Amino acid sequence: MADVLQQTLPDERTSRSRAWFSQNLPVIAIVIALFLGWELAVRLLNVAEYVLPAPSVIIAKMVSSWELLLVNAWATTLEILLGFGMSVFIGIPLAVLVVYSRVFERVAFPLMVSLQTIPKVALAPILVMWLGYGIMPKVMVAFLISFFPIVINAVIGMRSAEKEMIYLAQSMGASELTTFLKIRLPKALPSIFGGLKVGIGQAVVGATVGEFIAAEKGLGYLQLISQVRLDTPLLFAAVVMLSLIGVTLFNIIAWLERVCLPWSRLRTETDS
Amino acid sequence: MNAPQPSIRGVSIDVRGVTKRYKSARGEPIQALELVDLDIAPGEFISIVGPSGCGKSTLMMLVSGLIPVSSGEIRVDGKPIFGAVKQAGIVFQRDVLLDWRSVLDNVMLPVEIKKLDPKTHLVKARQLLASVGLAGFEDKYPGELSGGMRQRASICRALVQNPGLLLMDEPFGALDALTREQMNVDLQRIWMQERNTVVFITHSIEEAVLLADRVVVMSARPGRIADVLEIDMPRPRGSHSRSDPAFLHHVEKIRRHFMALGILSEA
Ligand SMILES: Nc1ncnc2c1ncn2[C@@H]1O[C@H](COP(=O)(O)OP(=O)(O)OP(=O)(O)O)[C@@H](O)[C@H]1O
Ligand SMILES: [Mg+2]
Repeated sequence: MADVLQQTLPDERTSRSRAWFSQNLPVIAIVIALFLGWELAVRLLNVAEYVLPAPSVIIAKMVSSWELLLVNAWATTLEILLGFGMSVFIGIPLAVLVVYSRVFERVAFPLMVSLQTIPKVALAPILVMWLGYGIMPKVMVAFLISFFPIVINAVIGMRSAEKEMIYLAQSMGASELTTFLKIRLPKALPSIFGGLKVGIGQAVVGATVGEFIAAEKGLGYLQLISQVRLDTPLLFAAVVMLSLIGVTLFNIIAWLERVCLPWSRLRTETDS
Repeated sequence: MNAPQPSIRGVSIDVRGVTKRYKSARGEPIQALELVDLDIAPGEFISIVGPSGCGKSTLMMLVSGLIPVSSGEIRVDGKPIFGAVKQAGIVFQRDVLLDWRSVLDNVMLPVEIKKLDPKTHLVKARQLLASVGLAGFEDKYPGELSGGMRQRASICRALVQNPGLLLMDEPFGALDALTREQMNVDLQRIWMQERNTVVFITHSIEEAVLLADRVVVMSARPGRIADVLEIDMPRPRGSHSRSDPAFLHHVEKIRRHFMALGILSEA
């Protein structure tokens, strides 16, 4: 069978996707086994649907309520993207300031690092009080919670350029701006992308928690409603949607990273 | 295409009473160089040898203008230096290639930053890469090269801009003996064409003698110049020169210097 495949489809893409498949086979197998076990256990032990619905029931629920799920998923996605976008557009320039300005390095950065220990989720009720029931408090929670990993990773990345690299640029007569654009920034990109990957996951958490506190739409809101109605399958369906959003956004960033930094793959490829 | 230029491109360097103190991380002063005097003629090839930590890299950094002297004065082309010396091409002890640029783009970095004509320099960059055996690797990333290949690429980067001053800090330290010998020959050939002033730091006494017009021998802690040897062997030198009596004589003399300084000891 494998031989036939190879003969008929010598195309590189297929062989690469086959390599991916065989590499991840154990994971796929475990996931499938887990769900099968879950399904079987629920059926054999006669677990009530409001306690733990079987995967098949959840899937059926997702199919029947797809419109409800999609509308709310979109609301949540919007909050995530706005909050995450704010983190990026405020966080990265702030990181530049921290690297280049004494004041920001000495005052703003330590302050930020100590503020980082505040559980941002605990601020959600306050934000709701200030900003009302609309989209803003959720965006703010998503922003606050995804902000720190993005800033800190960007700062670490921009500081990671070796002394000699900076000397090299200086000896060529490069201005501060040129040194930044040609050396510090590209050198920082892997680290920045690392921060973005952590940040996007945090933004999903932030938006959902924001919706738990007070909302009129969104997957977190849908979960609250389902909980009150004892509609456990819908509760699970919302969790599945949230995970899908998280995984998709994460992978978009990972894909962007691969496209922008083809050279950084060299490092990871050597150890596979 | 580039007719070999008979004129000397190199700059002159005067190092007058230069000292350098660093501050250690704990704040104590470290005297790295003490009263160094050295005059280098335009187009001269100078090698510097000395024990580890004697201040060779420090001296090179001072000449490049990238770090300030603690006292004394350095003149390039007769003019006191302020800030980085723009005529300098530098090869650092560690090859500092930019991982995110292809080999060719790394070599073209000075051309880009100095806004030189990209077309003619692209030709030169490719020629240089080919001359050090890197033809065909132009579009590879540094991560795909061996340590020796990376160092060769960084030498091309220093040379692409026709620098009046070439500063090299143990450029061949990471190379295997064979490649190193070849690189010595290549460097000498390039230098004889371009006639830039070269300051070449090395740990190898043989390498220093083989390449240089004069060898500067440094002593350790605080670093100072112990001796300067005139190497008057005909060029081009190569493997055959290593058995030349003059060559052996100079090597032996430097070795005895180090023994006298207590850096090297007889078995
Ligand atoms: N940035 C620095 N801060 C403090 N001390 C330094 C610094 N750079 C060098 N030194 C000290 O100055 C002395 C000379 O250092 P340098 O790097 O010039 O030696 P070197 O001759 O190049 O040695 P090697 O052959 O091992 O490269 C050393 O004792 C070192 O500890
Ligand atoms: Mg050194």
